Amino acid sequence: MATTAEPATARPATARSATVERRRPRRRPARSLTLTVSTGIVLVYSLFPLVWLVISATKSQEGLFTSFGLWFASDFALWDNIAQTVTYRDGIFLRWFANTLGYVLVGAGGATLLATLGGYGLAKFDFVGKRAVFAVVIGAIAVPGTALAVPTFLMFSRLGITDTPWSVIVPSLVTPFGLYLMWTFAAEAIPDELLEAARVDGAGEFRTFFQLCLPLLAPGIVTVLLFSMVATWNNYFLPLIMLRNPDWYPLTLGLQTWNKQASTAGGEAVFHLVVTGSLLTILPLLAAFLLLQRYWQSGLAAGSVKQ
Amino acid sequence: MTVPQVTARGAAAARRRRRGLAGWQFVGPFMAVFALVFLAPIGYSIYLSLYRQRLIGGTSFVGLENYQRALTDPQFWSALGRVSLFLAVQVPIMLFLALLVALAVDSGRLHGMRFFRVGVFLPYAVPAVVATLMWGFLYGTQFGLVGSLNDALGLTLPSPLTPELILLSIGNIVTWEFVGYNMVIFYSALRVVPTSLYEAAAIDGAGQFRIIRAIKLPAIRGALVVATIFSVIGSFQLFNEPAILKDLAPNAITTYFTPNLYAYSLSFSGQQFNYAATVAVLMGLITMAIAYLVQLRGMRREP
Repeated sequence: MATTAEPATARPATARSATVERRRPRRRPARSLTLTVSTGIVLVYSLFPLVWLVISATKSQEGLFTSFGLWFASDFALWDNIAQTVTYRDGIFLRWFANTLGYVLVGAGGATLLATLGGYGLAKFDFVGKRAVFAVVIGAIAVPGTALAVPTFLMFSRLGITDTPWSVIVPSLVTPFGLYLMWTFAAEAIPDELLEAARVDGAGEFRTFFQLCLPLLAPGIVTVLLFSMVATWNNYFLPLIMLRNPDWYPLTLGLQTWNKQASTAGGEAVFHLVVTGSLLTILPLLAAFLLLQRYWQSGLAAGSVKQ
Repeated sequence: MTVPQVTARGAAAARRRRRGLAGWQFVGPFMAVFALVFLAPIGYSIYLSLYRQRLIGGTSFVGLENYQRALTDPQFWSALGRVSLFLAVQVPIMLFLALLVALAVDSGRLHGMRFFRVGVFLPYAVPAVVATLMWGFLYGTQFGLVGSLNDALGLTLPSPLTPELILLSIGNIVTWEFVGYNMVIFYSALRVVPTSLYEAAAIDGAGQFRIIRAIKLPAIRGALVVATIFSVIGSFQLFNEPAILKDLAPNAITTYFTPNLYAYSLSFSGQQFNYAATVAVLMGLITMAIAYLVQLRGMRREP
């Protein structure tokens, strides 16, 4: 649905318009150059910093300072920059990359699993306390996450788990918005009759869930996974307060330390590495979003039906 | 597949009870972690906000004294005022832009529609840190794009990193990051409006703008309200962008630039954990109150 421009599936609302419409195929609205150009301004605004980043990643540090921002410098230093980025300080960048991957796999993967199980449970079962669960979780969507960060840090430091990967992973495991999205999605995507039939056949609840329902939930799962991946991959505030040891830093925190280096006394300015590192940091997510468009767009559409 | 009818009432009730347990088995894991990372910190920060640590005499219960202090603290008010101004200016601009693009893409009149949809959305996938670093470089008058433009065109554009312009510059970064996200939300909501409604209106002679006002906007009211609430929450939480720009513009961004930055500096530079928790609790309350008001107002005319 998300890839076709004009859905042919939209059903006429009334019989009257149906008779008017049936006669001829729905006409495509005429393309407008004026509209394209004026909307194009927003597109240019959205893309030009990324273009700048790609161009700048091909420049040496000297080129960054001496050449015009939106065009290439005389030297093409992209490969050299990448090599320097991944080897600088004994390859700490790769360590940060691996940390980020770990946080994303465990954090976002776990968050998606918990949200999927919970959303399905809320959508398809009646149980004591369901209304309370719903009220608390919806309320939690409005609680600013960063307002919780400082108290969470104090709590975790009492538990002695600050400055460990767990201090970053555990808070990422919960996404109230993901739960809400999975709940609305599961309510639509899984027919009650299917569950009844499975129960009559004697299948256990978890077997039913994993074998029958999981495939039906796939678009919703991909959406929640993508959005919690973005949240975890992009997380800065939480690791900033939880972690002291640079060996546990994710990419975001690492890049900012490199950037800061220039303004600290005696620090070496490595702006070309900051720029190249930034490019390497965003590529995986951009690729994921581009490849999985079909899923997240239809998943979001399903989420918005119930708003 | 045939649908078996459940006839025996007793068996059905027993099954429902068993299923009630199964319901908790599915929701339980989420709720357990939720309690640990949401409910416990909220409780703990309320507890902290009622105590004060003194140099002599240790920690003592002070009731609402920390709140009194916050409400008369000019730095807290300055921070709150700044994010409120930010909210009042940046959020409407961002949502309006997002809505325009969503309507344009949805109208089907653009050349290369898919490219628009994906291109405008891409910045959402860029971490706030990278976005701020990029724009920080672009803003630079010496070696950034502003500097390049000044040199190339002989202009003297003002530095976006001065105290006067810094809030505007941050607003631009946040707008850049989230226009696409909001656009996708609006666009998804627009897709589910039955096209037959537009066609019927067009047959009745309604123009594009009238269709937008009378059909499209009311149809996506829910999405508009949700996007506004998220943006309100986001504005009050503002932290990453000013915290990172602080290194580039140390004179323009104070330690109490936003409430979150204030709470952060209080706890990690000042060791005033109790007071920081108070600020966090207050901001949580204010955010929830405003989100609630937006929802009330937004849904008021709903049947």
